[in-house]
Amino acid sequence: MITFTIDGKEVQGQEDWTVLDVAKWHGIDIPTLCYHPAVEPYGACRLCVVEVDDGRRSRVVISCMYPIREGIKVLTDTPRINNVRRWIVQLLLDESPASPKMQELATKFGVTPSRFKKAGVDFACHLCGLCVRACHEVVGAQALTFGNRGLRKEITSPFHTGSKECLSCGTCLYVCPTGAMEQLFDKVGA
Amino acid sequence: MSVTFKSLETILDQYPPNPEHLISALQDVQAKFSYIPKEAMTAVCDHLGVPVSRGWAVATFYKAFSLEPKGEHEISVCLGTACHVRGARNVYEKFRRDLAIPGEEGTTKDLKFTLRQVRCLGCCSMAPVAQIDEEVHGGLSQRKAGTLLKQFRKR
Amino acid sequence: MQIKTLEDMQTAKKLGLAQLYPDKPKILVGMATCGLAAGAQKVFDLFQRKAQHEHWDGVVEKTGCIGFCYKEPLVDFILPDKPRLTYEQVTPDVAEELWSEISAGKIPEKHFLARLDIDDPILDGGPRKLYKGKLKGFLAKAPRYEDLDFFKLQRHLAMRNCGFVDPDNILHYIARGGYFALYKALTEMAPEEVIEAVTVAGLRGRGGGGFPTGVKWASCRKAQGWPKYVLCNADEGDPGAYMDRSLIEGDPHAILEGMLIGAYAIGSSEGYVYVRAEYPLAVKTLQRSILAAREAGLLGENIFGTGFSFDIKLNLGGGAFVCGESTALMASIEGKPGEPRAKYVHTVDKGLWNRPSNLNNVETWANVPLIIAKGADWYRDIGTEGSKGTKIFSLVGQVKNVGLVEVPMGISIKDMVNLIGGGVPETKEFKAIQIGGPSGGCIPRELWDLPIDFDSLWDAGAIMGSGGMIVMDDSTCMVDVAKFFLDFLIDESCGKCIPCRLGLKRMREILEEFSTGKGTVADLDELQSLAEAVKDGSLCALGGSAPNPVLSTLRYFREEYEAHVLRRKCPAAVCKELITYSINQELCNGCTACVQECPQGAITGEKKKPHQLNAALCIKCGACHEVCKFKAVEVF
Repeated sequence: MITFTIDGKEVQGQEDWTVLDVAKWHGIDIPTLCYHPAVEPYGACRLCVVEVDDGRRSRVVISCMYPIREGIKVLTDTPRINNVRRWIVQLLLDESPASPKMQELATKFGVTPSRFKKAGVDFACHLCGLCVRACHEVVGAQALTFGNRGLRKEITSPFHTGSKECLSCGTCLYVCPTGAMEQLFDKVGA
Repeated sequence: MSVTFKSLETILDQYPPNPEHLISALQDVQAKFSYIPKEAMTAVCDHLGVPVSRGWAVATFYKAFSLEPKGEHEISVCLGTACHVRGARNVYEKFRRDLAIPGEEGTTKDLKFTLRQVRCLGCCSMAPVAQIDEEVHGGLSQRKAGTLLKQFRKR
Repeated sequence: MQIKTLEDMQTAKKLGLAQLYPDKPKILVGMATCGLAAGAQKVFDLFQRKAQHEHWDGVVEKTGCIGFCYKEPLVDFILPDKPRLTYEQVTPDVAEELWSEISAGKIPEKHFLARLDIDDPILDGGPRKLYKGKLKGFLAKAPRYEDLDFFKLQRHLAMRNCGFVDPDNILHYIARGGYFALYKALTEMAPEEVIEAVTVAGLRGRGGGGFPTGVKWASCRKAQGWPKYVLCNADEGDPGAYMDRSLIEGDPHAILEGMLIGAYAIGSSEGYVYVRAEYPLAVKTLQRSILAAREAGLLGENIFGTGFSFDIKLNLGGGAFVCGESTALMASIEGKPGEPRAKYVHTVDKGLWNRPSNLNNVETWANVPLIIAKGADWYRDIGTEGSKGTKIFSLVGQVKNVGLVEVPMGISIKDMVNLIGGGVPETKEFKAIQIGGPSGGCIPRELWDLPIDFDSLWDAGAIMGSGGMIVMDDSTCMVDVAKFFLDFLIDESCGKCIPCRLGLKRMREILEEFSTGKGTVADLDELQSLAEAVKDGSLCALGGSAPNPVLSTLRYFREEYEAHVLRRKCPAAVCKELITYSINQELCNGCTACVQECPQGAITGEKKKPHQLNAALCIKCGACHEVCKFKAVEVF
């Protein structure tokens, strides 16, 4: 067992656990978006950030991937952490203001849509990759993939046409947190 | 050049069926056809034993790959920092106006030129620079860019 | 020839020396990419053709770049028992003139740059004086390299062979002491002693972070797992930095030797060089040097008969800046998109294919043979307390002497710009220097006494990065510079994590408001807090350092931001929405140059009468400003 503290409280976890695993075990709330227990952590949304002091320096890390170590001090509610989280919620809310999940987070962080919100888009894909990971790791079909990079990054199937590998199982629809897959499914599916 | 079984085979023969060669093999395809035809992508992925979705992800991630045919001459205008502070943006706009490229980058309708931005060709001492095919041209101005285009139109 | 023993090395060295300094005249043309872009191939061909036609008893050879990029093409004459003579801006016409004199046994005086009296190959047991007795006539008065402002403060260690050897000739490298450090390491030192030497020398990574190289090697040696990989990062992507390209094109074996020594220290037998495909000549040079080293038995099985084996594969980058980041680079070698991953488990433990991997950049590897050959103490003496050795900078932008500069760590920004760089071009004023590429920052004139080393730059909000230095004068707008770097980073972001993908886009949108006169003072604070969020929240170093150009310009040039926001003015006259073009009726002499150049037909007027500019049609492309020789086109 590895012993350390979260927000001053002494906690324990097993060798290969992450900070998020331990927090969940102890009922400490850390918000997440791209995390799902059924698939490998991906570390894209950054909402689960925490501050970790490992005795040498204090830095911001993501709790869903940070492996626990003896004696570290984890803080989940600091000005730095809250600034990162608030901005992530703001940026995503402007992309998907109609998504129930985003509305819930927006209320929690006291964020409202900004002047940069694009008109006409209510359910944008956040590229959290849950659908891709589920398709690869759970279904084993490898029909979905990321395409392009940067602002043009997208979830798609090769050549933007129906994928031969797709089983039409609907797992991607089930895991999608924003509802964006509803619009995409017919285009990429078999 | 059409995508024949033969021309692809010469590329695939060089690589053992191992996913690590995906990028190198696609680079060879790109060099040979000046883009990655759909048939070639499928053949490369089948040969190396990777799903086509992975080939697609790689081909769209890296700037070196194009899924559309390119023009006869490729103009890469450097917009690196040294070129930028010496007015490369205006030079780029001049190329874009003269070639009537609607988007930021692209290929002319007659498939004669492809205009693209590149950030640093490593020739900062001659900024602003552009590379047309294999030649690097330095010390560009809007006027020189116009003259260069005229020369290449005649080639 | 196969090299197995020390005697073989000595034989190779003798052969190489006879080629470097033959007993007949030799013409050396600088043919790195910068030379070629200036027309060096034509010059080389001309000399070769002439030599052949006229049955000239001499040698024509190519070499890399000595750093004097703005004087290219450079040509050297190496004459028996004479100082080495360098000529600048040798176009084919000039080459023709030079040839007629040199082939007649005369020493040309036109286009002369400098003479070199003493050649110091650093590794090869001390300097070598190139002539005996006293110089007479023109030569006695001709400037020496060390008399030139550009070279006075320089010390070429990593660049020791650039501009001296033919990069494709392994014998040249050996003749200047190359591969002797490898021999020493393999036959006289234990791997731990090699790591100790590199640690004591204080070598820090030259690619960006400045991490202590010896510490990295030690961790990788200790890591569990096999095989271990030694990697060279030659994916030089920082715009405005090209020292790695130049090192590869000028002295590829120094990099290979560094990697060999590193591999021995770490316990690795497989290496990769990941090189930018946008550098075709560097790629070819590396391919040829790897083949040559293999043929000589210096790469491959059982090197020097010691049982140590190591070989290197070459991987071409696909055109993605983010692949300079270690985990993205490794993903790319594995044949995947170059997406970084969290580094909570270090790459020295789990890197390429989840095996222990040690990645250093080109310049770092090129420094390694020096430390082994000359000793850690010799190396420690150069540089400052926390930053040892020299660093190569690419000094570019609005400065007279543009080129590659290798100086001991710790020289001031002022000396760099004013002495080495010769200052900014006439009528302009130095405003800022941008150091460290897109992850770096802009340092203002007030701080130009700052010593250039890892820690001082970090404290000032910039980073050493790979060593790009872009000098900016008062015609550069800092808001525009911040926009420029954000555009670059948005374009190069892999798009995986939200702070980098969407946060940078939002920062760019806020800056766009500034440069179009729509910003407010509150937005300045909003920008600051978003920049901090992106810095803290991003997955990799690209995103984590992406706000630096914005944060540093906000810190040092807040007034300029405020001018955009409060007064709706761009003081440097760059931001198009905030400026207008007009024609000064007194200065305009009616030459019609601008009338012809204007793509909009916005300028009208008759010959010899002041022209008129119709602001409603003007797209502010600046074409008129560029062609006007009388400064009559004004921008406010």
